[in-house]
Amino acid sequence: MESILFSQLKKNLKKDTTGFKETKLAVLGNCATQLLSQTLRGYAYELKIALNVFDADYDQLEPQTLDPNSELFTFEPNYILIQLCSEKLQLEFCDSSPEEQESFANRVMARIQEYWRRIEARMKAPILQFDFVEINDGVFGNFGLKTQKSFLYQIRKLNMLFSEAASKDKQVFPIALNSLSAQVGRDAFFDPQLFYIAKMPIQVDFLPQIAKRVFDTVEALAGHFRKCAILDLDNTLWGGVVGDDGMEGIRIGELKDGKIYSDLQRYFKELRNRGVLLAVCSKNEYDAAIRPFREHPEMVLREDDFVMFVANWEDKASNIRRIRETLNIGMDSIVFIDDNPFERNAVRSQIADLTVPELPPEPEKYLDFLRKSNLFETVSVSGEDAKRTQQYREEAQRTESAATFASYDEYLQSLEMVAEAKPFDDFHFARIAQLTQRSNQFNLRTVRYTESDIKRITKDDHFITLYFTLRDKFGDHGLISVVILEKRDNGTLFVNEFLMSCRVLKRGMEEFIINKIISTAKENGFTLVEGEYIRTQKNAMVAQLYTQHGFTDCGNGIFHADPNTYTFTPNYIKES
Amino acid sequence: MMDRQEVFKRLNEIFQDIFEDENIVVTDETCADNMDGWDSLRHITLISSVEREFGFKFAMKEILEMENVGIMADIIVERATK
Repeated sequence: MESILFSQLKKNLKKDTTGFKETKLAVLGNCATQLLSQTLRGYAYELKIALNVFDADYDQLEPQTLDPNSELFTFEPNYILIQLCSEKLQLEFCDSSPEEQESFANRVMARIQEYWRRIEARMKAPILQFDFVEINDGVFGNFGLKTQKSFLYQIRKLNMLFSEAASKDKQVFPIALNSLSAQVGRDAFFDPQLFYIAKMPIQVDFLPQIAKRVFDTVEALAGHFRKCAILDLDNTLWGGVVGDDGMEGIRIGELKDGKIYSDLQRYFKELRNRGVLLAVCSKNEYDAAIRPFREHPEMVLREDDFVMFVANWEDKASNIRRIRETLNIGMDSIVFIDDNPFERNAVRSQIADLTVPELPPEPEKYLDFLRKSNLFETVSVSGEDAKRTQQYREEAQRTESAATFASYDEYLQSLEMVAEAKPFDDFHFARIAQLTQRSNQFNLRTVRYTESDIKRITKDDHFITLYFTLRDKFGDHGLISVVILEKRDNGTLFVNEFLMSCRVLKRGMEEFIINKIISTAKENGFTLVEGEYIRTQKNAMVAQLYTQHGFTDCGNGIFHADPNTYTFTPNYIKES
Repeated sequence: MMDRQEVFKRLNEIFQDIFEDENIVVTDETCADNMDGWDSLRHITLISSVEREFGFKFAMKEILEMENVGIMADIIVERATK
């Protein structure tokens, strides 16, 4: 949709949107926003969204955010878009005193945060706001870069303050307009004629690209974003064909134009570090294809950067479907990158929801093309993102290997699972408390404990505490289960807390834990183990857990087992 | 120099497109005052469509002085590159 023209999108405005998802957007700005609003509506049609826009007139930010009964607030938008154009800010700058000019960025940012505060006090709608298009007013020449008195200095500072403020405000989502302007250059982006006739700071034909940027974030906020890039190898991640040229012959790094591909690999590596999953889909012999990732000194990407590595002679569409199934993610969250137009078309025609960017013919242009296509918009980042590849990789290996076994038992056996059961300790208090707070499904009583509760219980002689970890030949699941046993006077050990992460369901871990509870009771001289199931909206999956494991149903959600006569359930997990 | 009749033919298509009305027939005298929906917003989209169609940019002065389609056509006849 990169090259869609305003006039084309405008034709969508009259079209029927029956059955489309309805979304309300309020647009506020210090310049003429009507054509932007029209473009957004036209673009929304392409995404099957019926966009209802409230376009506040020019310069209405102040009254619309101040009056609790304003059209903005009564409209109840799903999203708010703010456009403050630098041209208007510059007029304000010129009308300020020299002292005010030096604090211009701070003052404007304070005002913007006041708008945010007013909106946030009344509604939860995400606030989308363009960053500021950089204008060199030329008054100070190059020296403007080193004096606070210049508008150039202040507008750059404003952009930095804007990002800082947005990073601390969970309701605000900046839209990168300045870099879009820089990409094409100000002479193309800004038409003085249009500005002076219509108060529009952006050329009409750039509006569709801007609308795309806005909807990249809107869609990501709605949970539609791309999580995975499936990459071709020959002439995509390196120059040449590894099957013909050999590992030493592929162009990567210092060899001829190899830097093109090194930089491309760096871009994908950065994406991977950010949490985007990478997979390979290549028509190649597997051994030849994987070798550079293991042995070539100049490769940036390595084998463990990929969640799946598929190299064979089957058609790519089938391989992509297999990757999607194994990773268990939506086809619409996958991007397929291939230099070969024939492959792209073949795949595109077979898989409708897959994103297949039409790369430029020249490899040296791939990187810039991918950068500006903004294929991997996101609305959050966390420390866990970097580990995502590892987790999916291990899960993919488990799934793949499960398919090769005749029986599930045989598969479980092959996993070489090792669990440990230990009393709570200082290092794990936080994780244990977090699990009691978050686990909903495999949770027998759903008792929530804080970290200080957990500390107290650990020290209290009335309780026996156990946490469980599990690892297998593909990787470590970490701490996945919490059990708190309460000593009751009459020889009864009561299961006060019993929860497990659903990630490890159906591997025998349930059996392992229950066996451990029983043996613990026996070792400590208890004559009865009492379990309880307290129904919640989400824990139906464990309603029968105790009876399935040999407990007697005593009614009212109470279950009993005698540790001295209990028959342990076999499983394939070894205790370390 | 472009044929004035040819210019009108192509202009007519642009007007029909922008004003979303297939029955529009523009003449020398057509102007914002005697045509429904010719507001400032339409004006901008009209100008940018005409510029793209005929391959040139109007001068600011020309836009301000373009009182009717006749004057617009005169400018196009003189400056069109395609």
